[in-house]
Amino acid sequence: MARQQGNDIDAITGTETTGHVWDGIRELNTPLPRWWLWLFYITIVWSIAYWIVYPAWPLVSSYTVGYFNWHSRQAVVEDLAALKAGRAAMTDRVAQTPLDGILADPALLDFARAHGRAAFADNCAPCHGAGGGGVKGYPNLNDDDWLWGGKLEDIVQTIRHGIRAADDDTRQGVMPAFGRDKIMERGDIAVVADYVRSLARLPVPANTDLAKGQKLFAENCASCHGDEGKGNRELGAPNLTDQIWLYGSSRDTIIEGLMNGRGAVMPAWGQRLDDTTIKALTVYVHTLGGGEK
Amino acid sequence: MDAICAERETKPIVPPGKEGFDPNSDGGDDSPLYAARTKVYPQSVTGTFRRIKWAVLVVTLGIYYLLPFVRWNRGPNAPDQAVLIDFPGRRFYFFFIEIWPQEVYFFTGLLIVAAMALFLMNAIAGRVWCGYLCPQTVWTDLFLAIERLVEGDRRVRMLADAGPWTFGRAARAAAKHFLWLMVAWWTGGAWVLYFADAPTLVRDLATGHAPLVAYLWIGILTFTTYALAGHMREQVCTYMCPWPRIQAALTDEHALNVTYRHDRGEPRSSIKKSEQLRQQGLPAGDCIDCLQCVHVCPTGIDIRNGSQLECIQCGLCIDACDNVMAKIGRPARLIAYDSDVNIKRRMAGQAPLTQLMRARTILYASIIAIVGSLMLYVLLTRHDFSVAVIHDRNPLFVRLTDGAIRNGYTLRVLNKRLEPRRFALAVDGIAGSVVEIAGLPLGSANIIEVGPDQTREFRVLVSEYTFALPASAPVTFHLTDIDSGERASAADNFRAPQGD
Repeated sequence: MARQQGNDIDAITGTETTGHVWDGIRELNTPLPRWWLWLFYITIVWSIAYWIVYPAWPLVSSYTVGYFNWHSRQAVVEDLAALKAGRAAMTDRVAQTPLDGILADPALLDFARAHGRAAFADNCAPCHGAGGGGVKGYPNLNDDDWLWGGKLEDIVQTIRHGIRAADDDTRQGVMPAFGRDKIMERGDIAVVADYVRSLARLPVPANTDLAKGQKLFAENCASCHGDEGKGNRELGAPNLTDQIWLYGSSRDTIIEGLMNGRGAVMPAWGQRLDDTTIKALTVYVHTLGGGEK
Repeated sequence: MDAICAERETKPIVPPGKEGFDPNSDGGDDSPLYAARTKVYPQSVTGTFRRIKWAVLVVTLGIYYLLPFVRWNRGPNAPDQAVLIDFPGRRFYFFFIEIWPQEVYFFTGLLIVAAMALFLMNAIAGRVWCGYLCPQTVWTDLFLAIERLVEGDRRVRMLADAGPWTFGRAARAAAKHFLWLMVAWWTGGAWVLYFADAPTLVRDLATGHAPLVAYLWIGILTFTTYALAGHMREQVCTYMCPWPRIQAALTDEHALNVTYRHDRGEPRSSIKKSEQLRQQGLPAGDCIDCLQCVHVCPTGIDIRNGSQLECIQCGLCIDACDNVMAKIGRPARLIAYDSDVNIKRRMAGQAPLTQLMRARTILYASIIAIVGSLMLYVLLTRHDFSVAVIHDRNPLFVRLTDGAIRNGYTLRVLNKRLEPRRFALAVDGIAGSVVEIAGLPLGSANIIEVGPDQTREFRVLVSEYTFALPASAPVTFHLTDIDSGERASAADNFRAPQGD
C-alpha cells in the first residue's frame, strides 16, 4: 500500500488519515494495538517452529521430514493399534465364545453385529451389495434360501474356505455345461428347461412334453438337484422348486445355464481375515434375516 | 453526527491511548506502527453501584466456583453431580434435567432466550450485561481489587510506576502477580470440574492422576484469565468484543444509559468560580471539573463526552460524582441512568419521560416468553423412552422361498430412565404379518430389554403373505412398557415388488 506523504491529521481523534475521501468522509489510519501486533509476530515465529518440527517443505524427490520424524501414516497405525487395544476386551470374548454363545449374549451380539457390519462393508459388499441384497449371480443373504446351508457352522465354513476357491477345504460342486460339452441335445435342453420351470409352478408352453422332461431330468439332473428338484446343499445345487433364482427364472436364462454351466467363485476369506472378524461376519450374515437354527 | 462533531471541535479531547500522539507530526512513514496502551489506574469508590457490583461479583463467582460440588442423587446408574457435561457418556445434567445429544434444540432455545435477554436489558438500561454481569467485567473487577489491596490505590500506584524500582515495589508486584495467578488457576480448575465428577477429579488433580487434557485446560484458562483480567482488561471490551458494536446498533433514544446530564452540569467551572457566578446570578453548571468520574473509570474514559464505545456502563462514575455532589451540597445524580430524550425534554422545560413499554421491549419480552414457555412445555411433556425406525435401504424387500415378501427395519429404542426396562413390540398396518427380532427366537413374545439410560438397536423383520400389497404400505411400530403400560410409536412403510 502506497502511503501518501503529508496526510491529514483528524482533529477529533488525533489520528492520521489514509487520504481516502468518500462523500466528505475521511478514512482514519488507526494504528494497530500493540498486543495485536505481538500476536502477529508470534504466529510468524510459530510457523517457523512448525517447519522445523513437522514435515513441511517439498524438495525435488522428497521433503523436509522434521525434527521428530513425525509421519501421518505412523500416526494412523498408532491410532488403529490403540483402537484395537481399546476393543480387546470385547474382541477377546468374541474370539473365545462359540458362535451360538455369541447369539445368546445380547452384549456380544450387539458388538459382533457392529463389527460384522463394518467388515461386510469392507469385504463383502462389492459382490453381495451394501445390505447383502445380492445381484444376479451373487446370492441375496437376507432371504431364507441357502445354496450351502444357513446354519452358523455352514456360514462360517463358507466364509472361511470359500466356494470353488484355492483352498483345500473349499466347497466344490459344478453345474456342467450340458450344451457346450454335448452331454445333451439342444432340443432336449429346451424340454428340461420347461420341466424345471414347471417344478417351480412357473408357466410353460402348452405343447411341452413334461413326461420327457421328467425323464431327462432324472437321467441328467437328479444326481445333484435331487429327484424332486429340491437341491443338495452338499454340492451347492440349488432348490429348483422355490421362488428364488440366483440367475433368474426366465426360460432363456435357464437354457443358458444348461448350455454353458454355472460355477461362480467366492474367495476363501480365512486366508485374508482374522478369525474374530470371520466370526463377527458369520453372526452378522446369520442375523440379516435368513439364519437357520 | 455533524452536530456532535461541531460540539466536540470546540473542545478537542484526546481519547485514551492517544495522549502520547503528536497531532502536529506529518503523519509520514515515521508514525508508529502500533498504539501503545495507556495504562488505566481506576480509583476505588464507594456507593450504591459499587455495592451492587460487589454483590453480583460474590454471587456469580460463588456459583461458578462452587456449583460443581453440589450433589444430586440419580441412583446407581448415573453421576451424582448436579451440573455435569458428560462428554464420554454424551449427556448433560442440570439438577433434575438430563439432556441427550439429540435434544440439543434445548440449547438452541436457551441461546435464543439469552440473546433476547441481552437485547431486552440493552433496550431498558443499556449495557447492564457489560457493566455488571459479563465474566470479563467480573474477573477484571476482582483482579483490580487484588491490585488495590497489594499495591495501593490509584495515586500510590501511579507514583510507584513513575518512580524507580525498589525492593518494596518489586515485592508488591510479585505478590500481586502471584495472587492473580492463584485466582486464574482456581478459575481454570473450577472449569474442568464441570466435565467430570468434581470430588474425584480434585483428588486426581492433587495426586497427579488426572487426565492430561484436564491439566491442559486448567493451563489454558489460567493463562487466559491472567492475561484478559490482569493485563488486557478494558482492551478486551474495546477491541475484541463484538457486543459494543452490535449494542450501538440496537439502542434507541429511550434506552437508559449512564449519562452525564450536561443540561445540569454545563458550563463547568471550579467550585469557587461557580459559587461566584451563582452569587452574581449568572448561569453556572454543577460540574466542578474534579475529574473523579474519570479517575474511577475502569476503561479510562470521560463520561462527560457522551455515550462512547469504550463505556461499559458500570455506574462507578455515578457513585464518584454523587460523593462529590454530597460534599459540595449540590443534588446527587449529575451523572445518572438517563436518556437523551429526557435531557432534551428538561432543556425544553418538559417533565422527564421514562417509557418502558416500547415496540422493541415488547417484542423482545414476547420472544423470551414464547420461546421460554415452548421449551418448558417440551421439557415437561417429553417421553422418558422413545423409538425411531429406519427401513433397510438395501435390499428394500426380500422374497422368501415360499414367495412371501419380507422387509427389514432397524429399531432404535431410547430408555431415559435410570433403570432397565422391558418393552413389548407390536407391528400395526400389515394384516397377517409375521414379526421377528434378530437374535430372539421366532414365536417368542417379542419382548426387548433396554439397559438404564441407554440406546439399543434391534433388527426387526416383517414378513407378509397376502401377496397383494401396494408398492408402499404404511406400517407402525408400537412399543409398550411392560410395567407402566406407556406406549411410543414410530411409523414407516412396507415396500413390496410390483408386477414380476
